[in-house]
Formats: sequence, structure tokens, C-alpha cells
Amino acid sequence: MTDLLSVLPYAVAGWLLLWGLYGIVTSKNLVHLVICLVVMQSATYVLLLAIGYKSGAVAPVYADMPPGTPAVDPLVQALMLTDIVVEATVAALLLALAVQAHERGGSLDPARLARLKG
Amino acid sequence: MKALRLLLFAAGALGLAAAFVGAGRKLPPVGSYAGAYGEVLNAVALGERRATDVVSAVNFDYRGLDTLGEEFILFTSVLAVATILRRQEDEEDEEDEPKWEPRKAPESDAVRTLGGVLVPLMVSFGLYMISHGAVSPGGGFQGGLVLASAPLVVYLCATAKTFLRIAPPGLTRAGESIGAAGYVLIGCLGVLAGKTFLENVLPLGTPGNAWSSGTILFLNLTVGLAVAAGFTELLSVFVEEVLRREA
Repeated sequence: MTDLLSVLPYAVAGWLLLWGLYGIVTSKNLVHLVICLVVMQSATYVLLLAIGYKSGAVAPVYADMPPGTPAVDPLVQALMLTDIVVEATVAALLLALAVQAHERGGSLDPARLARLKG
Repeated sequence: MKALRLLLFAAGALGLAAAFVGAGRKLPPVGSYAGAYGEVLNAVALGERRATDVVSAVNFDYRGLDTLGEEFILFTSVLAVATILRRQEDEEDEEDEPKWEPRKAPESDAVRTLGGVLVPLMVSFGLYMISHGAVSPGGGFQGGLVLASAPLVVYLCATAKTFLRIAPPGLTRAGESIGAAGYVLIGCLGVLAGKTFLENVLPLGTPGNAWSSGTILFLNLTVGLAVAAGFTELLSVFVEEVLRREA
């Protein structure tokens, strides 16, 4: 059981990455495609947290515990925060492009937007 | 066509999965953390910076320069979305564009009452998260988003015009710029004091107090302002589009 738990977060990260990619490849709607990209990116959160986790350790917030208490790695958590902010901005930008694509091409289906108009 | 695409995906996905499994086998088991930086940061952050939330100490002090970059990514993205979506003055309305029925304010008392209760709670919780970033989980990014959701609740309970009245685009644009510039100016304090850019040169205070950890508090305030104003600006771009279609 412990063996399973020691690899499960990595497996979840890989699963999210591949499943999100499958969604992007087969997507019929640009909004759905952006959400699939967000799913793919959440694989990086799981991976970062898994790498920084230490058995029996608590969150790295020393407001209510004595200094020296074992805590998980705060660096990967800070990196994850950066990751989330970047993901939110990328999603906002892509959704704005989807709005424009719908306005100019009349559809959100990537297959129907294949023709360029100039 | 679709089958070909799936076939290509399956081939690529199998390769990716194989590479992922191969890489994963070399990773240490989850829970047996072997990094060095995390231990060092957990040991020194409280004494060096008087910040009880080590994640904030990393983001706004040890890695402060990266967070400056992160804030500018946000700034650029808001600018780009506004540029893509906002209609130019000389851009003519298309004739075949469907007009929308004006959205009325909801008549349900329950929705309006709940909004009236939620908005002050969200504003005070957002300000609390921003100002206590160095003490407890939270900080400028998280609190700024909570603050930016408050005008959205107002929009749900009232009309688009009310949203623009409480969050005028001029004000949000100014807030975003002041927030981004404030981060750089606080960073320059270190240079003025004869040390490096973004060095923590302010008095550190007592750990656990909101007024502690020097520049981390003020950097959180500027980031909170920039994030709250930036996301409200994003929302107002969409709300302006709604108003234009209704007109």
C-alpha cells in the first residue's frame, strides 16, 4: 500500500497531462480546448507538490507552531503559485482570442476555422 | 481525418507516457523529500525575515525578482486581452450583428440580499489576505483575486452599468499601473540604501504581526492592488462589450 502511495501522485500527474492532451487533440470547441490546457497544466501542480512533500511534515507556516517543526518544501509551493498565475493569464488571453475567432470566423470549432481569410 | 489524428495522438502519447514512466522511476518516492533548499528556507526564513509564512518569504523576498517578472506577465496579459477585445473608436458596428436584450437586474430578493452580504465579506477578507501575506497563507495574488470577485458579485446582483460605476475603467487602469510601478519602487529602496535591488531594508517588526517582515508586507500590498485592478479591468472589458451589444 505504501508503495502505491509513493508513486500515485506521479501517476496522477502523468494521467492529467495525457488526458488533457487528448482533450486538446480531439476538441471541437475552442473554449473546451482552453479548459483542457488548464487540465494539462494542473499536472505540474501535482508534480511540484509531490516532489516537495515530506512524510509527516506540515505546511511551511510557522504562525502557530514552534520554529524547527518539520515542514514541506516552501520553494516548490512558491513556484506553484507562479505557475497558477501564469496559467490564469494564458487562459484569459486564449479565451479572448477564442472570442475574436468566433467573431471573425463565426464558429468555435477549430476544424471549421481552418480557412484563412485576408 | 479524425482517425488519422487519433492515431498520431496515440503514437505520441505512448512515447510521452513511456518517457514519463522512465523519468518517474528515477524520482524519489513521494514523502522522502531529498532537496536542500526547502530545509534551509524553513530554518532561516523566520529568523532572517520575521515572516511566519515561508512561501510568502520566498515569493516576495528570496525570489522577489521572479515575482516582479510574474507581475509583469499578468500586466502584459491584461493589456493584451484589452487590446484584442476592446473595440476601436473608428471600428464600425457590423450590421448583421445580433442585438442583445438588455439584461435586467435580477428581481429575486434572495440573490440581491446574498450579494449585499457577500460583497463586504469578500472585500474585508481580500484586504485581510493581502495584508497578512507574510503571516498566514495568502498574499497579494490570492487576496487580489478575492477583491476582484467583489465587483463580479455586484454585476450578478445588479446591471452592467452598476459594475462600471463602482469599478470605472480609468480607476482600474490607474490601480494596475500604480501596483506594478510600486513593486519596482519598493525594490529601488534597497538600491537607495546602498544594497541590492529588492533587498529587504525596512524594519522587520515582530513575527506574527501584520506589521512585520519589512518589504514583504508592502510588496504584497502593491501586488494585491495590481491583481485586483488587473482582473477587474479584464471583467470590465467584457462588461463594456455587453453594454455595447445592448445599446
